[in-house]
Amino acid sequence: MIAREAKVLLEVRGLQVAVAGVEIVKGIDLVVRAGEIHAIMGPNGSGKSTFAKALAGHPAYVVTGGGVLFEGRNLFELAPEERARAGLFLGFQYPVEVPGVGNSAFLRLAYNTVQATRGKDELDPLEFDDFVRGKMKLLDMDPGFLDRSVNDGFSGGEKKRNEILQMALLEPRLAILDETDSGLDIDALRVVASGVNRLFTPDNAMVLVTHYQRLLNYIVPDYVHVMEGGRIIKTGDKALALELESRGYDWVMEEYRARVAA
Amino acid sequence: MSAVLEHLVNQPYKHGFVTPVEADTAPKGLNEDVIRLISGKKKEPQWLLEFRLKAYRHWLTMQQPHWANVRHAEIDFQDIIYYSAPIPKKKLASMDEVDPELLRTFEKLGVPMHERAQLAGVAVDVIFDSVSVATTYKQKLAEVGILFCSMSEAVRDHPDLVLRHLGTVVPYTDNFYAALNSAVFTDGSFCFIPRGVKCPMELSTYFRINTQESGQFERTLIVAEEGASVSYLEGCTAPKFDTNQLHAAVVELIALDDAEIKYSTVQNWYAGDEQGVGGVYNFVTKRGLCKGASSRISWTQVETGSAITWKYPSCVLLGDNSSGEFYSVALTNNRQQADTGTKMVHIGRNTRSRIISKGISAGRSNNSYRGLVRIGPKAENARNYSQCDSMLIGSHSGANTFPYIQVANHTARVEHEATTSKIGEDQLFYFAQRGIGAEEAVSMIINGFCRDVFQQLPMEFAVEATKLLGLKLEGSVG
Repeated sequence: MIAREAKVLLEVRGLQVAVAGVEIVKGIDLVVRAGEIHAIMGPNGSGKSTFAKALAGHPAYVVTGGGVLFEGRNLFELAPEERARAGLFLGFQYPVEVPGVGNSAFLRLAYNTVQATRGKDELDPLEFDDFVRGKMKLLDMDPGFLDRSVNDGFSGGEKKRNEILQMALLEPRLAILDETDSGLDIDALRVVASGVNRLFTPDNAMVLVTHYQRLLNYIVPDYVHVMEGGRIIKTGDKALALELESRGYDWVMEEYRARVAA
Repeated sequence: MSAVLEHLVNQPYKHGFVTPVEADTAPKGLNEDVIRLISGKKKEPQWLLEFRLKAYRHWLTMQQPHWANVRHAEIDFQDIIYYSAPIPKKKLASMDEVDPELLRTFEKLGVPMHERAQLAGVAVDVIFDSVSVATTYKQKLAEVGILFCSMSEAVRDHPDLVLRHLGTVVPYTDNFYAALNSAVFTDGSFCFIPRGVKCPMELSTYFRINTQESGQFERTLIVAEEGASVSYLEGCTAPKFDTNQLHAAVVELIALDDAEIKYSTVQNWYAGDEQGVGGVYNFVTKRGLCKGASSRISWTQVETGSAITWKYPSCVLLGDNSSGEFYSVALTNNRQQADTGTKMVHIGRNTRSRIISKGISAGRSNNSYRGLVRIGPKAENARNYSQCDSMLIGSHSGANTFPYIQVANHTARVEHEATTSKIGEDQLFYFAQRGIGAEEAVSMIINGFCRDVFQQLPMEFAVEATKLLGLKLEGSVG
């Protein structure tokens, strides 16, 4: 289904990441090409979120080994904001609240900053208002969101929609969505998933970090990776997700241990 | 990223130059002779000399207050110069004759004089060390009956008005620093808005300490008669010295029936260096009396400087239906200490007060809000709303809130809300992940936090305040 010659967006080689001196990610290899959707699954504490945050450059996540190329550039030479401007987007599991900062001003500053990097026109507040309202309609979002402070007092579902709205505005090359499905009821999940599907094109790629198979009923992945103990221990397709749903993770781990022992 | 934060909040002080101007300076120390000298230099009437001497004798019986949440070495009041005035080349007839060195100083500080004053439509009284240098726009204001001049001129030209009001809101017995100020105050601004007059422009005073060992003790008095209204702004800077300068001002506001006084301060005294050496001790008593029915007094302050700030702009709500407001942003960094807030004293019926306080602490600074809301037994239906928010930047700063609420009338309603938030790694990372650098993120968060207060400033000063916080908080990202 994926043309072999599709452009490599992300190339991860032997990545190791430590948090507070403890190594959490212990050697990940992963290649993501344009037009692909990858799902990373695995039990709590397997290192999924650490991997995502390290790629985005959270200062508490220290890269201790390996390397990452993003569109051929050394990702770790870029500051977090430069990674964002280069087209790497992280949808947060727990988006922070910023009381006092208006959502529309925040969204516009983010949008214009990224536009400027791409050499494209920035929008004034009125132009931006029209533009953002159009995007909100696609995500079935109440325009009242614009007048509130960033994520302040938002419900779990509202925060996640706000994340997808930001993704829609910034049009990243690679979007990593960290547990975007957690805290969503089934209707919200459907809306968010259809928003994500609409934003997916042959030129970009998505990495979905998730606990549960149910998101994958709406966003169909090309690859499913299982993480455990800071490593990817198995890779399959959509069928693997369904199997995990019915059988749990234990069998994958046993299979992996047997393989390592041999 | 916390290193980035530290860098952001550590901007050098830009007003730390000294102006080489010849000065007429009294010897160090305080005694009755020095007071007589000050009074004599200013050719004051006998009653004012007596007021000073009474205040001085009372001050001798008082102790330095220690209840504030600040720490400093004992102040040696004999080691301070109580009078220092730039020597004018000759008597000034117009702004063009002001010492060009002084004008250059005020230009560097961005004080709007000359054409800039006209553009901004702001009338400015400038206090340099102890003496008022020039008052712009005096003529134009006089046409509508407004008196706006230095305190010295007011004593000379309008002694009856000064005698009637001076010390009626802040008596010299009020506190240690008010007594000291009453004894040695050297100048300040005087403003009188007659009955029914709405002041057609913003009035402004700019204070500057220039001499190393001098104290600044200015005295400001604003009287708004029935139905009058005025908006007044003061700004303050000082050069960088490694010793501490004492600033102990007294401001008195009096509003008669239906009068309105809005008093705004942008304070940027030198705050000392990163180790806490030098800087101004800002120990100020500011109080407004809503004397008449339906009068209004509103204090807005943006406090960014001083090594130590000890300041509680207050409202005494005496007239029925009168209202008092206090809007404050206090930013502390490095080793700065601030203990600031307000007092709202409800005496009349249906009196209203509103307190919005925003404290921002960075570096190793300590920032306290201290506020009193007192509802007297006759203050039927009094209402107060207080909101005190603190923001911490980094993990070595402190914020405290000390609310005092005393209610002696059961019909009163008093509300107090408080929040504490923190600009941390996670917030900055969130902004960064959307392409927004740390500098812009901090500026956006701080401006959002202070919005309720900035909205209260006259527009041109809101811009100035935003820039000032920017100067304190922004820098090149390393």
